[in-house]
Amino acid sequence: MTISSTLPSSKSERGHGKDGQGRPDARAAATPQARPALTENHVRQKSLTRTLFTPFGPIPPALAAALGIAIWVAILGIWIAVTHNGLVEPIFLPKPSQVVETTVALAQSGELWEHTLASVKVVLIGFVVSSLVAVPLGLTMGTYRIVQAFLDPLVNFIRYLPVTSFVPLFILWIGIGIEQRVAVIIFGIFFQQLVMIADAARSVPRDLVNAAYTLGTRRVETVRHIVFPATLPNVLDILRVTMGWAWTYLVVAELVAARSGLGYISLKAMRGFQVDVIFMAIAMIGVLGLLTDQSFRVLRRLAAPWAS
Amino acid sequence: MQNTPSVATPDSDIAVEDVSLRYGRGQNAVLALSDLSLAVRPKEFCVIVGPSGCGKSSLLYLIAGLQERTGGTIRVAGRAVSEPGADRGMVFQAYTLFPWLTVAQNVEYGPKRKGIAAAERRRIVDHYLEEVGLTAFRDHYPAQLSGGMKQRVAIARALANDPDVLLMDEPFGALDSQTRHAMQQLLLRVWDHQKKTVLFVTHDIDEAILLADRVFVMSGRPGLIRKEISVDFERPRAMDLVMEPAFIAMKREILELLRGDGDAR
Repeated sequence: MTISSTLPSSKSERGHGKDGQGRPDARAAATPQARPALTENHVRQKSLTRTLFTPFGPIPPALAAALGIAIWVAILGIWIAVTHNGLVEPIFLPKPSQVVETTVALAQSGELWEHTLASVKVVLIGFVVSSLVAVPLGLTMGTYRIVQAFLDPLVNFIRYLPVTSFVPLFILWIGIGIEQRVAVIIFGIFFQQLVMIADAARSVPRDLVNAAYTLGTRRVETVRHIVFPATLPNVLDILRVTMGWAWTYLVVAELVAARSGLGYISLKAMRGFQVDVIFMAIAMIGVLGLLTDQSFRVLRRLAAPWAS
Repeated sequence: MQNTPSVATPDSDIAVEDVSLRYGRGQNAVLALSDLSLAVRPKEFCVIVGPSGCGKSSLLYLIAGLQERTGGTIRVAGRAVSEPGADRGMVFQAYTLFPWLTVAQNVEYGPKRKGIAAAERRRIVDHYLEEVGLTAFRDHYPAQLSGGMKQRVAIARALANDPDVLLMDEPFGALDSQTRHAMQQLLLRVWDHQKKTVLFVTHDIDEAILLADRVFVMSGRPGLIRKEISVDFERPRAMDLVMEPAFIAMKREILELLRGDGDAR
């Protein structure tokens, strides 16, 4: 293994070599001339585990990648093992191959894309509408105490109400169309976004604003010229996190009342005992979540290269 | 080393008269500054030296218009101060470069706000980056710079805006002593070229004498000017000056003035 041969030496260069007087260099003390080879091997082995389990210490990128793959292989292995041995009834847990077959079939019939698109549309509308209001309002709220004093009592009340408890009310008021699902998403994430963005704005250092004033920035320009750019990386992180929540609320809304979407086909599949379809829907949501998450990371790198 | 009275004259660039600053109300009120007066002449480099907590930074914030005074008047270049403005440039102790802008864009920020044309802005940025020796770092972000470099950009950024006066609040306070000495030399050189009116705050007596035409020795609680000392050492001044007997004598005088004051807080 390449790791065992490269790691301890690089560690000893940086760790032991420089601090000199601290603790004695274990490897130097155990040179082949001084000690038997067995001891040297023993020390080598210990220093590898020590290196890999150093609190907050780095690990080789190749190892990190391999470990990331290993967890999936392990889960898939267990899944294959329990389904192929008949340990679990196929009606509760399908074989992985069964899920793949169903996915391919539904993809070819177009059904998968139709429902995925329906879900993506609802999430995007809810998320965009919520963010477009929450970002400017949150920044204003964090910057101006007077706005905060006005909104805080209301926002902090609403944001602890479970969105799910409003679903019946929304159905009564707006029906079971797309507007209802969009409303659930907006209600679920807007107040959280508002609070977190206001917090980000409040954390802008005062002297940064003071410096801007002494350079001729007017007070009314503070949010646009200072608070917004200063909080942009934070705001993008907040949007990334709340995007994940939007997916959760979407599925909740679709399970309750919908005629399309990944949550809807899951519910339909449950009634027909099509566990493979449920698995497909879950996997699809996971993939979409991963995609949006990565998109936000790329966006953050492009929009705020200074913060990476 | 004569003692000049600090009386504002019509040609003073900074005129502080009977300024007081009170924090809090009633029983808990703290008088940070009490009827403080000082005057800085055009193109003069004045340094306020005092123990931490004596209100010297507050005074600078009052002059910058970043804080409201309780009483008294402050005039800069003949105009009464009521709010912050581009006529009073400031360099802070904390790093205050805009992290989302590159070095060049930071320096360009003030001229851009003023509506100066792009070509002229470019010339200004080039000039001041050259002046602080950071031309090679123009496209770096502040996060990529050392503490000393950040403060050099901050000085360039303040000067690029061509303010009437430059206020400096312990700008080298967070730097290690080697970097601090280099920064003092750099500041003296830049000031020699630009000849701005400067009011500089520090608790470092060596730094005060080395930089100043005039030193205001300030004591705390409530903050007031104990004494003004004219510093007549020839310019340009080098670091070696700190070992001259006259320098040491002046340092001793200031130390004596401050003695006991530091313990009082």
